[in-house]
Amino acid sequence: MLSFTLKRISQLFPVFIGATLLVYFLVFATPGDPIAALSGGKPMSDATKAALTAQYNLDKPFWVQYGLYLKNLVTLDLGTSFSGQEVKEMLARAFPVTARLAILALVIEAVFGIILGVIAGMRKGKLFDSTVLVASLLVIAVPTFVLGFLLQYVVGVKLEWAKPTVSGAATWGELILPALVLGLVSLAYVLRLTRTSVIENKTADYVRTATAKGLSRNRVVTVHILRNSLIPVVTYLGADLGALMGGAIVTEGIFNVPGVGHLLYQAIQKGETPTVVAVVGVLVIVFVLANLIVDMLYALLDPRIRYA
Amino acid sequence: MPENQNFNPEDGLPIRSNRAGKVSKYKIEHYVAPLDETPLQAVDSVKETGKPLSMWAEAWRSLRKQPLFIISTIMIIAVIVVAAFPQLFTSIDPAGNQACLLENSNEPARPGHIMGFNLQGCDIYARTIYGTRASLLVGVFTTLIVVLLGGAIGALAGYYGGWIDTILARLGDIFFALPLILGAIIVMQLPAFRENRSVWTVIVTLAIFGWPQLARITRGAVIEARNADFVKASRALGLSKFSALLKHVIPNSLAPIIVVATVNLGVYIVAEATLSFLGVGLPPDVMSWGNDISSARTQLRNNPTMLMWPALFLSVTVLSFIMLGDAVRDALDPKARKGA
Repeated sequence: MLSFTLKRISQLFPVFIGATLLVYFLVFATPGDPIAALSGGKPMSDATKAALTAQYNLDKPFWVQYGLYLKNLVTLDLGTSFSGQEVKEMLARAFPVTARLAILALVIEAVFGIILGVIAGMRKGKLFDSTVLVASLLVIAVPTFVLGFLLQYVVGVKLEWAKPTVSGAATWGELILPALVLGLVSLAYVLRLTRTSVIENKTADYVRTATAKGLSRNRVVTVHILRNSLIPVVTYLGADLGALMGGAIVTEGIFNVPGVGHLLYQAIQKGETPTVVAVVGVLVIVFVLANLIVDMLYALLDPRIRYA
Repeated sequence: MPENQNFNPEDGLPIRSNRAGKVSKYKIEHYVAPLDETPLQAVDSVKETGKPLSMWAEAWRSLRKQPLFIISTIMIIAVIVVAAFPQLFTSIDPAGNQACLLENSNEPARPGHIMGFNLQGCDIYARTIYGTRASLLVGVFTTLIVVLLGGAIGALAGYYGGWIDTILARLGDIFFALPLILGAIIVMQLPAFRENRSVWTVIVTLAIFGWPQLARITRGAVIEARNADFVKASRALGLSKFSALLKHVIPNSLAPIIVVATVNLGVYIVAEATLSFLGVGLPPDVMSWGNDISSARTQLRNNPTMLMWPALFLSVTVLSFIMLGDAVRDALDPKARKGA
């Protein structure tokens, strides 16, 4: 296990460097003037321009800029945005909100996806199974932002069960509706994955043995079938955490959630390159770490992977 | 009396089994058919003249009877016809001079305008019909580029292995670390892309972040096929390594690629709509479902039909591609049918 862990961690570095380099290259290697964007297109004196260029290291060669960026990223010195705010502080405010949103979404999709998937799998071919399958296909086919609008309109505006937009505090309660929207597509995938896995396992020999030795149906389902069906589901859920961070851009836009996606989107709109690159750098770290944790979990659950 | 004892047909008495050293007094005659009397065809019902069904013919046979396949194919053909000849389905040209009249702003449906009007007074039905083309173009061409690029890279990595595999796998990992929408937003914001926004820049952007997934799947399939006996046999018969890849390995690893590509075509259509919704996708003057849904956002409370129709068309199209992918997977891989 230790050698597997070390091997996986050693593989992280090229991915991390490559991904940040890719983003940095994409943003800086193409023509365009971020300093001009800063002034909002108004004329600016040459001295001010030079000072700003130096402040954001834009006067140095590309590799030096990238090296400085990487050094700052590792030491968590993320610089300041064009409006003078510390990117680290902005991120420190926004990150917990997005983390809450992503955790809620993950819990919703795991709990409902697994429960519905197990019931559907145990009743394969019955009415419940077909209904759930069709519903999951529909959820996958309808774009997230359309679902978001519809839920915002129906639940938030018509029924008034929840507030249609989220306040600056972004409490857990307010985030339930956005989290449902964020997690709905993944819920459909978790459901289908669990269902397939349950159908595969429910005819296994050890399940027949468990039933034959007189265990209650509940115990057979929860202990013998469910446990053995969870391996692919856990893998999917872990990998999905990173995707949720990315999908948050759309959801946070619809419900006005002051999270990382919102921050990133505004920075992109304003052409604030340093902020964009810093935030994406942090997101890449989160994504890569999430993938590492999934790999470790998978290796723990299934020893065949560890020794392959 | 033991069951397996034999009886003498002449006197009905049991025959004692031959023990060593004792010769039976009965002569047993065996009938042996002459070799030429039973030709192979009589035993084996496969006709020697007909070629055995290939994997594709077999799949086609089972697909033809599947309702899922028939329904999704009909829907996809309908969408393609709408995209190619939108004028067949509406007499209104939404890009024409008289198409949008502000006096019709947010008007409900009336005869001749079955879906009502949007904020600008344009006919929603005509816009939705004409918007099909952009969305379908993005889906089809992104899928084509992703299959060619990802397929080629995945096949080379899986087939040759070694350092090529290592480099290509790491390259794919790097792109994997950036979620599709996140990466696409960044690329679409680059000056080169921002100033030339069109259907093609969206296609290129989605393809840049879409190929690693297909490369991974192709790589896995190629590794499986590369060790098959028929590939080894073709190499032993003198086929060069590259020809074996083209002639035997790739045709036998196409199944998962086709399935994933079909489902992804729908995913790319949704991604285009998402980018357009975020304001970094297609330029606003291009008629597309994504743009129409995006502009419906502010009018949601006054005029929900503005959101409903393009969203419905988009969802039905995406659904047909997902269903087609499911049906094709079932046909190509009977093992999966047990589960799904």
